[in-house]
Amino acid sequence: MITSDSITRAEVEDFLYEEAALLDRWRLEDWLELLTHDAEYEVPSTDAPLSKTGDALFLIADDYRRIKARVKRLNDPEAHAESPRSRTRRMISNVRITKRQGTEIHVAANFSVYRFRYGYDVRHFVGHYHYTLMVEGPELKIRKRRAILDNTELGAQGAVSFIL
Amino acid sequence: MSEQQPFIIDDPENLIFRLNRRTLSDPSILDEERIKIFDRSWIYCGHASEIPNVGDFETRNVCGRPVIFCRDEDNNVRVFLNSCAHRGAQVCRERSGNARRFYCFYHGWTYGCDGQLKTVPAEESYPSNFNKKRFSLREPPRVEGYKDFWFISFDPEIISLGEYLGDAKDYIDLVVEQSPSGCMEIIEGTQEYDIKANWKLLVENSFDDYHLVSTHKTWLDYMKDSGVEIRPPKGQGLLLPTHGVGKNLGNGCAVIDNINFRGRPVAKWISIYGESAKEEIEKIRQELVERLGEERAARVADTNRNLVIFPNLVINDGSSVTIRAFWPLAADKMKVTAWALGPSEESRNARARRLDSFLTFYGPGGFATPDDVEALESVQLGLQTWRELEWSEMTRGIDKEGEQLNTDELHLRTFWRQWNKLMTLEA
Repeated sequence: MITSDSITRAEVEDFLYEEAALLDRWRLEDWLELLTHDAEYEVPSTDAPLSKTGDALFLIADDYRRIKARVKRLNDPEAHAESPRSRTRRMISNVRITKRQGTEIHVAANFSVYRFRYGYDVRHFVGHYHYTLMVEGPELKIRKRRAILDNTELGAQGAVSFIL
Repeated sequence: MSEQQPFIIDDPENLIFRLNRRTLSDPSILDEERIKIFDRSWIYCGHASEIPNVGDFETRNVCGRPVIFCRDEDNNVRVFLNSCAHRGAQVCRERSGNARRFYCFYHGWTYGCDGQLKTVPAEESYPSNFNKKRFSLREPPRVEGYKDFWFISFDPEIISLGEYLGDAKDYIDLVVEQSPSGCMEIIEGTQEYDIKANWKLLVENSFDDYHLVSTHKTWLDYMKDSGVEIRPPKGQGLLLPTHGVGKNLGNGCAVIDNINFRGRPVAKWISIYGESAKEEIEKIRQELVERLGEERAARVADTNRNLVIFPNLVINDGSSVTIRAFWPLAADKMKVTAWALGPSEESRNARARRLDSFLTFYGPGGFATPDDVEALESVQLGLQTWRELEWSEMTRGIDKEGEQLNTDELHLRTFWRQWNKLMTLEA
């Protein structure tokens, strides 16, 4: 049986790179397959990066149901903010396993995400991820991903209309 | 100037209301607006709950000026211009905190949280007429509050805030009455984002219900998918699934007032909140009825309001309560600050529900706001043609006597009439 102890950083990196590639290619249904069915996706407000959902206003605080709804929305051509879709390019780096607990692995990683869109300036999102990954059989799954922006305010980045 | 077209053509008799698009595009208009609109109105600064304790402060930019919104040692809400009386550096460079002294690090002048200059290093080198009392932090000419909402004005002669808010006060009251103690609070976490569009487009958008069906189709789908019943009241052939009204509240303030169908944390249950929330929401409603009576409780619990306080404050009390203030950065760019507001005594579960409900619709990651932003930015791009396509149409409901629908445009015209009045006033 594979436990969190046997997973290497390189394997975690491969997993995160694969996730980034799916998101950059807008293969959102495939991306959903990487999530556990109790997954959470969070982007805290820029002035409260350490806060808890339920106590503080976030930019995004999705449970699995709303993640699925978000994907459905983004696949609808009437999600005007992403229709036509933007091009994104994600750079994931500084990947570290910060904790292992049973089948859980906590991972920190930096991100630099560029968003390009017809008629728009490039919008650059910089920050770090906190992941909780689960070892499920031979696979890794995402139980929680929190994208924490370094921007002190969202400012020129405008909306977080794609999956950050 | 005589060759210029008017800002608006307002001719209800002939059923005409047109807005000249240069009001949204021409950079020279913005310079005038800063003086004639922003410096002649009551402008929202902050909510008292953001600075609950003596010495608490928040720094922000209001009307293009850095200000300190703080509470002095006598527990009074104060506003100071954030600039040292000596050479002008900001005396507070942190976003928020608690301080009994504001310290200018440049030459070391130090002020109390009452704004008075306390210490000046090497004071003995100043001449004999130097008097520290003359160098207090400057306050805006007027600072007034209504139900914990604090405003400033750079017009010393402006009417009182109470008079200015006029009929809008009742709508603010409806928001505040959600709280049994009358104490609403700003919740931690601020959404701050720019929109590449003229600031007045967000005024329009914030209470324009005409765009709901076409702009927010995916949000309506999400609500339907979640089991929320979205259908028009019986016997009404309306475009929208709710019969709401638009109202002029005076001084450029206006509101749309809608029957709620999409749930309210206080106090209308919808399936998205989950079965487990039913009981608590029923209790919240019961408390409203006991405190306010059946009729007023129904106003608080069963209706939404999108309120614009002229010129740039929006209080939207719908799926949740959001306070939104926005500032022009350029003719085609604004900065938006949005907060969530809730009853200070609400339970952990109720608070979580409120925040969750907020995010289904509002904010840069919500299921609706990004599409609003997209619409506004698209308008602004299209408005680059303002020299060729001069006029925007804004006549919905203009031929109606009496009540105007939320999908009409009386409330938009209300804003623009006040804007036009101030912009064309002789100095």
